Amino acid sequence: MKLSRRCFLSFVLGGAAGTALTPLPWKLTDDLSIWSQNWPWTPVPPDGATNFVNSTCELCPAHCGITVRTVADRAVKIEGQEENANKTGGGACLLGLSGLQLLYGPTRVQGPLKRIEENGTIRFQPISWQQAIDEVVAKMAELRSQGKPQSVACLSGRDVGTVPQLFKRLLKAYGSANFVSMPSVEDAYASALRLTQGIDGFVGLDVENTDFILSFGSALLDGYGSPQRMMQAVGRLKKQRGTLVQAESRLSNTAAKADIWLAIKPGSEAALALGMAQVIISRGRYNSDFVNAHTEGFDSFAAMVKEKYAPSAVAEVTGIAPEVIAQTALAFAGAKNPLAICGRGKGQTPVSLKEVLAIQALNALVGSINRKGGAQTMPTYDYLNWPAVELDVTAQTGIAKGRLDGAGSDKYPHVGSLAHRLIEAIDASAGELQMLLVAECNPCYSLPDSDKVKAAFEKIPFIVSFSSFMDETARQADLILPNHVYLERYEDVPVMAGTVQPTIGLCQPVVSPLLNTQHLGDSIIKIALGLQGNIAKAFPWKNYESCLMETLGDQWPLMSDQGYWASEAAASSSERGFSTASGKLILMNGTLGAIFMAEAPVTASGGDYPLQLIPYDSIRLTSGYVGTPPFMIKTVEDTVLKGQEGFVALNPETGKSLGLASGDMATLITPVGQASVRVHHDDGVMPGVLSMPRGLGHSAYDSFLAAKGVNINQLIGTMEDPASGLDAAWGIRAKLVKA
Amino acid sequence: MSSNDHVNTHGTAGEPDPSSHHAPGSFPHILLFFIIGLALSLVVGWGIFPKLLYSQKSQPFGFSHKVHLEQVDQGCQSCHFFREDGTFSGSPRLAQCLECHEEMQGQSEDEAIFVKEYASKGREVPWLVYARQPDCVFFSHTAHVLGAKMDCVTCHGHIGTSDSLKPYEENRITGYSRDIWGPSLTGLKHNSWDRMKMDDCAECHAKYDVLHDSSVQTKRDACFVCHK
Ligand code: SF4
Repeated sequence: MKLSRRCFLSFVLGGAAGTALTPLPWKLTDDLSIWSQNWPWTPVPPDGATNFVNSTCELCPAHCGITVRTVADRAVKIEGQEENANKTGGGACLLGLSGLQLLYGPTRVQGPLKRIEENGTIRFQPISWQQAIDEVVAKMAELRSQGKPQSVACLSGRDVGTVPQLFKRLLKAYGSANFVSMPSVEDAYASALRLTQGIDGFVGLDVENTDFILSFGSALLDGYGSPQRMMQAVGRLKKQRGTLVQAESRLSNTAAKADIWLAIKPGSEAALALGMAQVIISRGRYNSDFVNAHTEGFDSFAAMVKEKYAPSAVAEVTGIAPEVIAQTALAFAGAKNPLAICGRGKGQTPVSLKEVLAIQALNALVGSINRKGGAQTMPTYDYLNWPAVELDVTAQTGIAKGRLDGAGSDKYPHVGSLAHRLIEAIDASAGELQMLLVAECNPCYSLPDSDKVKAAFEKIPFIVSFSSFMDETARQADLILPNHVYLERYEDVPVMAGTVQPTIGLCQPVVSPLLNTQHLGDSIIKIALGLQGNIAKAFPWKNYESCLMETLGDQWPLMSDQGYWASEAAASSSERGFSTASGKLILMNGTLGAIFMAEAPVTASGGDYPLQLIPYDSIRLTSGYVGTPPFMIKTVEDTVLKGQEGFVALNPETGKSLGLASGDMATLITPVGQASVRVHHDDGVMPGVLSMPRGLGHSAYDSFLAAKGVNINQLIGTMEDPASGLDAAWGIRAKLVKA
Repeated sequence: MSSNDHVNTHGTAGEPDPSSHHAPGSFPHILLFFIIGLALSLVVGWGIFPKLLYSQKSQPFGFSHKVHLEQVDQGCQSCHFFREDGTFSGSPRLAQCLECHEEMQGQSEDEAIFVKEYASKGREVPWLVYARQPDCVFFSHTAHVLGAKMDCVTCHGHIGTSDSLKPYEENRITGYSRDIWGPSLTGLKHNSWDRMKMDDCAECHAKYDVLHDSSVQTKRDACFVCHK
C-alpha cells in the first residue's frame, strides 16, 4: 500500500486525536511540570524532621527573640517571636529575616587563617586551631615577659554579656586595662545617668505608654534602638492621636510620619532642647511636684537657660522660628506622658554629653523620669557572679599603666570607652600598642575616618581578628580565629536599646557549626589556659558552654526553652530616689554647668567647604559589624544606589547653585577624604546639606556588597565632644564639584 | 492546499486510477490511516505509556501494618506520632523502631533483615514513602488530624490493616509515587484515598468553605495555604 502524503497526514491526525483521548498528554504535562521543579539546581531544603528553635537575634542591639525553623540540620526560615512582644515589639526586621544569608553566605571565614606576605603579596593561609591558639598565646606570653602586658588591647562590639566579660577578664588577669568597646548612644546616656542620677545603667524608653514623643533625630521608623518596638510604638501613638515631633534636618521616614517636623540645622539639637526647657520654665509649665521633690539645681538650671537659651537666640542657632519652638515646648509640657528621645539615626553613634543632658533635662522638667510613658532608669545587668581575679605583680603593674584611650582618666572621667581615642593613640605613638584583639566589630569600616583607622591598624604589629566574616578589619589581621555565627552558638545577650523590661536573650545553636570555626568564648578560655599561672586560674571552666550554664544557673532551663529571660520587674519609680548624695536628680551643678556652657562640638573645618555632609541611617542597610545581606541590598532605592554607584542627595536649590543636575557625576570632597558620587535632587534635604546613608561602600565582602556606593565613614572625621571625649561626629564640612 | 498538491494527488491524467476503489488518496484509504493512527495512539496512551511511566521498586524489607497495629495500644499514632511541638513525625525513624526491636521479637525473615542490616548497624531504613508530596506542597498533619479531626483512612486508605507493603511504583519523570496521581491514569477515583493531587485536596477544602476562606477575593482558601 502506497503511503501518500494525505494518508500520512491522516495517520498523524488520527494519532493526535487518539492521543488526546488517552491520559498521556495530560499526565505528561503534569509530570513534566513536577520534573521541572526538581532540577538539581533548584534549591530545595532536604527532607527531614522540622524543628523550631527559639533563639535571639544578635545582629543589632535590639536582640529580638526569634524562632528559627530547621529541616534536618538546615535552617530554612527565621521569624520574629510574637509572645515576646513586651521585650522587642515582636517580629523581626529585614536584617533579622535575612540572617540565613549570613550563615550560608560566601563571605564567611572557613577556618583559622594566618596572614602570609610573600614577594609583596598578601594571602591568608589556613592553619589548625591548635596552631592559631598557640600563636596568640606565644605572642601574649612574649609581651608579658617583656613587662608590657598593657600593650595588648581588645576592641569589642559590645561590653555586656559573658563573652565580652570573659575578654575583659582575660585582659585583666593578663595585665591590661585596654578593653575598648565600640561607640553608641548608650555611652552618652550612661554618662548622663552617672552625672545626674549617680547610677550605673542605661535609659529605658517607655514608648508604649507615652502620648507625646519628642525625638531629636532618632530614626524611630528606620531602626532606632529596638526597631520593631519603636515602629509599633509610633503606630500606636498615631492611632491614639498622640503627637510625634521629629527634629531632624532631613525629611526622613520618621519626619515624614511626624505631626510636627522641626527641620533644624544639623548639630543644633542640644540648643533646641535647652531652648524648649527655657520656654517650659519661663511659662511655669514644668512639673513642679517632680522638680521640687526630686531634683536639685533647678534654680541655677533655670538661670542658665534664661541667660543663654532664649527662643530668639535658639532660633538663630537652630533655624526654627521662636514661636514654633515655644508652641512645641508647651505642647510637650502639656502632654500627659511626654517623652523626649535622644540619639541620632539608629543610635549607633554617640551624641555630645550636652545634648543628652539637655534632652534628659526636658524629661525631668515635665516629670517624665521613671514615670509611666517616660524615660526609665534601668540598672546595669549584674548576673555574672564570677570569682574575683587574682592579679600577679605583672598584671598589677600593667593595669596601673591605665588605658590607652584615656577613658575614665581625669581627662575623660565620664566615659568607659573611647574607640577613636585608641586609634589616635596608636597613630600618635606606635609601639604603645603591640597587639590588638578584635571581636564582633569592624572598626576599619564603621569608625569615622575609616582610612585613618586602617592606617593606624597598619602600625599595630600584631592583630588578631575573631570575625566570622572576611570584613575590612579581618583583612588587616595577622591571624583570624573565626567565631561561629549567631545561629551556630550559645551566647547570652543582655538587652539595652531602650528596653523597659530587663531582658537577657539567649542565642542558641540552630544548626551545628558549618565550618571550621570555634566559639569566641572557647577561644578566650583556651588562650587563657595557654597563658597558665594566674590567668589560667581565672578561668575555672571546662569550656564556654559550662561557663554560660553556670553563670545563668537556675534560669538556664527556662532560657533555653523560650530563648530569653525577662524580669517581672515593672518600671522603676522616682519614689525610690536617685543614688546621688542628695538622693535627687541633678539638673545642674558645677560639672553640668560647665558642660551646658560649653559650645556644641563643631565640624572639623579647613579650606573652603561651603556645604555640610550629614549621614543618615536606613533600615535597609546595616552599618555596624555585619555587612548588609543581598536580600536587603535589593531593597535599596535606585536614588540611593544604582548598580555600583552611590548617590548623594541634595536640595534642588543647592544643585542649581552648583550647576549639578540630578544624575550628574560629582566629586564629594571633605577635609578627610573624597569620593565620586552621583547627584540626586531631593526636596527633603535642607539647602546647603548633603545627605548620604551609612552602610555602603564596603571594600570587603562578596560581589553582592563590595564596591557598591561610598562608605561615608571614609569622608567623615571624628568630632570629639569636649565634655565627654566621645566622638560625637554628626557630619562634616564638604564641597561638591562637578566631575 | 497548494497547487502542487493538486497536481500530485490527482495524477497527471486527471482521471481516477482504474486499479483500485481504495486508491491511495481516496477517502476510505485516508480514513484507514486515520483509524490506524487513532488505534495505535490509543494503544500507546492506554497500554504502553503507563507501563513505561512507572518503575516498580520494592521496599527494603516486608512489613505488616496489621501485625504492628495489633501490638500497640495507641493506634497509628504509636509509630506515626505528633511531636511535642505539634509537628508530625511521618515515617518512623530507626530510633522509634529500636524502642521494641533492639533484638528480634519474632522469627520472620523480614525482621531478621531489619535487625541485621539496619538496627545493628544504626542505619536508617530507606523506606519508600507512598504519600510523599512534591516540595511545593505544604501539608500539616496537625491541622487535619488534630484540628479537623480527620481519620487516617480518609487519605491513606486501609494501609493500617494491610498485611504487606505493595510494590512502590515510582514515576520515572517526577520521582514521586504513583499513589499521588492514583492507580488510574484517567484520574478517576473510587475512594477518597485513591489519589492526592491538588484537586483532591481542594475538593474537601471547597466543601468546608466556611472554614476555608483565607482568600479575601474568592472566599475560598488562598494558594499560600498549601503552597508556601
Ligand atoms: S531588629 Fe535587630 S535584633 Fe531584631 S531582628 Fe532586626 S537585626 Fe535582629
